[in-house]
Amino acid sequence: MNPNDVVITGIGIVSSLGLGVEEHWNALADPKPVLDGERFAPYVVHPLPEIDWSTQIPKRGDQRQMETWQRLGTYTAGLALADAGMKEDEALCASMDMVVAAGGGERDIDVDQGILDASLTRNDHDVLLNEKLTTELRPTLFLAQLSNLLAGNISIVHKVTGSSRTFMGEEGAGVSAVETAAARIRSGQSSHLLVGAAFQTEHPDMLLAYELAGFLQRGDWSSVWARHEQDGGGVITGSGAAFLVLESREHAQKRGREAYAAIGPVVSGRASREDAALETGLRTMVETLGDAPTLALSGASGAHSVTALERRLLEERDNLAVRGFSSLTGHLKEAQFPFAVALAAMAIHKQAAYPAFDPDREKSTDAAPSTILATAIGYNCFEGMGLVVKA
Amino acid sequence: MKTTDKFGRPLVAVTGMGVVTSLGQGKKDNWEALTSGRSGIHAITRFPVDHLATKISGMVDFLEESDKGASRLTYALADLAASEALAESGLPATNFAGPLFLAAPPVEIDWHHRLSLYARSDKGGDWRSLIEAARKLRDSELFDETQFATIADRLADKYGTRGLPITLSTACASGATAIQLGTEAIRRGECDRALAIGADGSATAEALIRFSLLSALTTQNDPPEKASKPFSKDRSGFVLAEGSGALVLESLESALARGADVLGIMRGCGEKADDFHRTRSKPDGSPAIAAVRAALDDAGMSTDEIEYINAHGTSTQENEKMEHLSLSTVFGERISAIPISSNKSMIGHTLSAAGAIEAVFSFMTMREGVIPPTINYEVPDPAIELDVVPNIKRAADVAAVLSNSFGFGGQNACLVMAREAG
Repeated sequence: MNPNDVVITGIGIVSSLGLGVEEHWNALADPKPVLDGERFAPYVVHPLPEIDWSTQIPKRGDQRQMETWQRLGTYTAGLALADAGMKEDEALCASMDMVVAAGGGERDIDVDQGILDASLTRNDHDVLLNEKLTTELRPTLFLAQLSNLLAGNISIVHKVTGSSRTFMGEEGAGVSAVETAAARIRSGQSSHLLVGAAFQTEHPDMLLAYELAGFLQRGDWSSVWARHEQDGGGVITGSGAAFLVLESREHAQKRGREAYAAIGPVVSGRASREDAALETGLRTMVETLGDAPTLALSGASGAHSVTALERRLLEERDNLAVRGFSSLTGHLKEAQFPFAVALAAMAIHKQAAYPAFDPDREKSTDAAPSTILATAIGYNCFEGMGLVVKA
Repeated sequence: MKTTDKFGRPLVAVTGMGVVTSLGQGKKDNWEALTSGRSGIHAITRFPVDHLATKISGMVDFLEESDKGASRLTYALADLAASEALAESGLPATNFAGPLFLAAPPVEIDWHHRLSLYARSDKGGDWRSLIEAARKLRDSELFDETQFATIADRLADKYGTRGLPITLSTACASGATAIQLGTEAIRRGECDRALAIGADGSATAEALIRFSLLSALTTQNDPPEKASKPFSKDRSGFVLAEGSGALVLESLESALARGADVLGIMRGCGEKADDFHRTRSKPDGSPAIAAVRAALDDAGMSTDEIEYINAHGTSTQENEKMEHLSLSTVFGERISAIPISSNKSMIGHTLSAAGAIEAVFSFMTMREGVIPPTINYEVPDPAIELDVVPNIKRAADVAAVLSNSFGFGGQNACLVMAREAG
């Protein structure tokens, strides 16, 4: 017990399974994926549930300034702040630091398609771009696309203004965000901090970014551990977000808040996917984090070789039950690691393990976990793991 | 020599710096141009300017990668600056062994690549054609271009930085944030050294149009070198630009132990987010004021010790009004006696790179004892009474500098740098 231990006092999560901690806990008690196989066929996605944005983003004007990705993140950040009892506490929000992991926002599909279609009938493509973009782009769309404007909107809507940093870089950005946030609290650089990410997959460009390297699974859904090369690259994506309010133990105690859990050590790396380096790197990480975890919330993406490797290494531990949550939420990219930590913290708090998300490939366990391993091994690069422990 | 600051934290030294701007590659060429008051702003030639209101920029057009898309150019810029910084630091060129913090623009598929992908598709009139063509083509370069981790990953490979590199964006404050992250990591004792880079090669036609649509850019195209006029009454918007700055940050203790040249000390970093508006600052300037104060507090220094301010100075009406308001609030009457200049008058606004480039120039200002001017200062703004070092460089003994960076999304980051450990 140290006054600068990093405790989790607020969780906001959104996925196809629902909104917030309780809806997720209940959905995961009887795990079934929620899917949309039509809109983006042949790709199946885990879509956003219905969300009344105005419950967290009351001003219509603010909602209009954002596209779905920023709304989702801002909404979910609001859930986390409310859960921590900090929402609308001006003093706490104004001194709160923030680290957001982000990709980019949504482009205007119609404008882009208009340019692509027009490009077939003329050769002066650069002039075409100028002509179309100057006349057809909505001026404020740029702000809805900028990576750091998710954090910007959180500042505007929820008044979180201590500091604001946006990390970019797929799963690794989510790992770094949590790792940096925890390090800041441990060292006394922050007393309380909002960290998280959102990913909105229901836009063609978001699928395109994966499929440029053939990462997506085509056709039907299957569990993250049961994807086959004849169906494509193995990744099924989802829309979702996870935000956490982290505090120093001392800060949480002073305001009388019970914590879900504490964040233990977090480790990260960037081992090459081309050779044995990843196996060595992951082994070292697992060993560094020790024998204590009895449950792993794995952010495995479904990308074939990396996912198979992670499963093999984790299953070498007889006492470790693995839960691949991407089976149920889809791959949430930047939000993958914050989501893993959130699910882990919930299980610590509820003193219960999750049932198998894939009963054929995940072992059951009744033991109440006191240490949980959270992982996010990048489908393309970067990896991280951390322990979530009793507060 | 004392190697901790008054708060007991490790002092952070700078032992290597590199820079690329439209003025040239490397510190020497840049410094010569900057102190001669020469502008790097020029007519756009990278793409046609038909239909565009702004036809000038501070693009870096002299590299082989200059016309190869934002991603490749941003990498090249970061690489050149890092390589210069590492050479100066005397650290091994391929085994840096400290973390990397890269400020870089968000990535997207370049329009040329999107168009060529569509040309190779079944042209079915919706997004499915593009995705299907992408899946069949499996072009790994094109994939890498869409991955936010790519540039830092390649730099990490080349320079042997340690661990998972962090790519960040705080919009136009990004370069300063990269330095702040490196400084904080050293103070936490996580590492003896960190490589902080700000790089931006994203001046595409679409980027230019996006900023134009927000009325952020000047349209005073002729002559280009006169377009950026920070603090002038007739300033009319910023000039989009590219460039990179890199700094080797190192605990002073480690720098001294290996006998490195200490180029300066990163004394303090401060930030404060603004919750007012996506592109405008809170009218009372309180977030920028808080950021400046936070940087001074973090440095453990008083306003009296700041002898030069490297302004954000973008040449927009809004920025300079707010920057003046915040500085005069923090510094009081003394503000009119402190020289303040804007490098952007010559290099334009290098966006994600600006904070890092301007930190490099701030250290050079102290080392060389010369303050680069604010050029194009012909029509003073009576509402902004500042000593902007108008038009001509000035010899000055400068021991400590404040550098401001403010960005869209309410980002405010300030750095306090000093010549000596103090």
